[in-house]
Amino acid sequence: MKIHEYQGKEILRQFGVPTPLGVACLSVDEAVAAAQQLGGALWVVKAQIHAGGRGKGGGVKVARSIDEVRNAAQQILGMHLVTHQTGKDGQVVRRLLVEEGAQISTEYYLGMVIDRSAQRVALLASSEGGMEIEQVASHNPEKIHTLRIDPVAGLTAEDAARAAHEIGIPDTAKGEAVKLMQDLYRCFVDKDAMLAEINPLVLTADGRVLALDAKFNFDSNALYRHPEIIAMRDLDEEDPAEIEASKFDLSYISLDGDIGCLVNGAGLAMATMDIIKLYGGNPANFLDVGGGADKEKVTEAFKLMLKNPNLKAILVNIFGGIMKCDVIAEGVVAAAREVHLKVPLVVRLEGTNVELGKKILAESGLPIISGNDMADAAQKVVDAARSA
Amino acid sequence: MSILIDKNTRVMTQGMTGKVGQFHTVNCKAYANGAECFVAGVTPNKGGQSFEDIPIYNSVAEARAQTGATVSVIYVPPPYAAAAIDEAVEADLDLVICITEGIPVHDMLRTRYRMRGKRTMLIGPNCPGLITPDEIKIGIMPGHIHRKGRIGVVSRSGTLTYEAVGQLTALGLGQSSCVGIGGDPINGLKHLDVMKLFNDDPGTDAVIMVGEIGGSDEEDCARWIRGNMNKPVVGFIAGVTAPPGKRMGHAGAIISGGQGGADAKLAVMEECGIHITRNPAEMGRVMQRVLKGG
Repeated sequence: MKIHEYQGKEILRQFGVPTPLGVACLSVDEAVAAAQQLGGALWVVKAQIHAGGRGKGGGVKVARSIDEVRNAAQQILGMHLVTHQTGKDGQVVRRLLVEEGAQISTEYYLGMVIDRSAQRVALLASSEGGMEIEQVASHNPEKIHTLRIDPVAGLTAEDAARAAHEIGIPDTAKGEAVKLMQDLYRCFVDKDAMLAEINPLVLTADGRVLALDAKFNFDSNALYRHPEIIAMRDLDEEDPAEIEASKFDLSYISLDGDIGCLVNGAGLAMATMDIIKLYGGNPANFLDVGGGADKEKVTEAFKLMLKNPNLKAILVNIFGGIMKCDVIAEGVVAAAREVHLKVPLVVRLEGTNVELGKKILAESGLPIISGNDMADAAQKVVDAARSA
Repeated sequence: MSILIDKNTRVMTQGMTGKVGQFHTVNCKAYANGAECFVAGVTPNKGGQSFEDIPIYNSVAEARAQTGATVSVIYVPPPYAAAAIDEAVEADLDLVICITEGIPVHDMLRTRYRMRGKRTMLIGPNCPGLITPDEIKIGIMPGHIHRKGRIGVVSRSGTLTYEAVGQLTALGLGQSSCVGIGGDPINGLKHLDVMKLFNDDPGTDAVIMVGEIGGSDEEDCARWIRGNMNKPVVGFIAGVTAPPGKRMGHAGAIISGGQGGADAKLAVMEECGIHITRNPAEMGRVMQRVLKGG
């Protein structure tokens, strides 16, 4: 689960990581009042959306007067901010962070991720602050210092000091940098984070280290023990179809094609998208109904797919294990009736009680196209979408 | 022959008395030699009771001491599942199969750390389990789609594994063992570990390896295969059409930081001599062709 920068900074401050002072705002007036309250002569007005790359897209502006704060807030609030992570339509900016400006001397990158092969938390530090770390990784991998952290010893002062040295943090700020890295690690573990990024981490003109940005991604499997993080969820930043799906315990991702797919199991769901593409079609979504889908879940899944105006055909691909094909067939028939299905529907059933399932579909009187196997079903649904 | 488990394996079930544990215990017991193989259940504070004539013990150590079971299957709910693995490792079992989906990643990091230097092997979590057809089934897969034979199957997913198995069985190609290693980012045995076991198993002639986006396990396995595997391997990777940055159901199935894409995995696998297919409906037929030397 992702959160906004201002929320990430709140969390960082709780763990002792220094950040600029700032106020989250929902209107231009609030932004102006925030700047006045913060005082000083330099402010930064930052769009709060979950996607990265906000600066390049025009979502971050420096202001040197209250009038400039007002102008910046007017420009950014409500804009469709397009970045490399938002897609072409961009994301509407509903919230701003107004911060005191910092006199930056040097920018660095600091990140933590779960390293799958090492099965450790990895700290990534780089002298190339403010850049996308993926770019640094592909062009200048030697500029990334990686450290895998022992879960019992934690991030030791020695290791943190070496990381600080490797990326060129001066000795005068080493103590502060070590503490910041250790605080970030404590935060990462305590809050069940999957990813934490401070980009940039800066050295100020007066020699302090400061987190100028904060990006977090939390483990959704661990949210049950973090109500404080669940409270930070911003539904405006999520795809409405995906939110709706999560209410029914369906795993749904919108894609840009026109063939809806309803599948049990994540691997088979991906493989179904792949085979549709391979046969010349385009999947409209990823949809895993899970191992225990019943009539209600299947109906909700159909409603979700049908909300997509581009939808031209649907492929149901079920390999019944625990889930019995007759149960899913009854669900499909009931759902197709309830939603008055207009688009062609191809169903491929295999596994437990498959004959019974096929019989239910055949006797339903609905124009359901039966797929004999995955290839046959994919070909039929691609043909159906083409002629629709 | 087979890998990891056969009809002589003795299994305890951790979390047998929950709804999920009960359902699958009944099915596993009914499959092949299940009635002899499933000898114990473990549920704290329910020791002395029984389910389906299987005695329940308070701890893994007690269940092992009383029944001789050296393999455990876990259906314990996510908040307690990592501790259940720890207990099985502490009791020095040979093999632990964790079916539970949704264990926090940091819990698994700590559990895997505690497993260093221990002899216990872990399969999963978030996996369908494993099966040696006509001998023993430990997990949630439908037993009836399998057929005894000489093809090994290793996969990160559940139903996509069934798809591969179903295709093999339909072509008359039976399986030696089928192992679902699970869809989580931090897990036990990897493709590579299972591949080595299949390579050493005289009862396995060839292997189907099913992977998906995320991580680099498939690449690691492919590079080992190039220099070491003396049996043909057929491979498929799910998620060629998956967009970056989106978690595709499984916690581990995500393309992030430019890593873990399906095309890159397939390219490495092909380069390492694996017979890849981009068509999930062709896994069985490609294997058939390879076995015929075509």
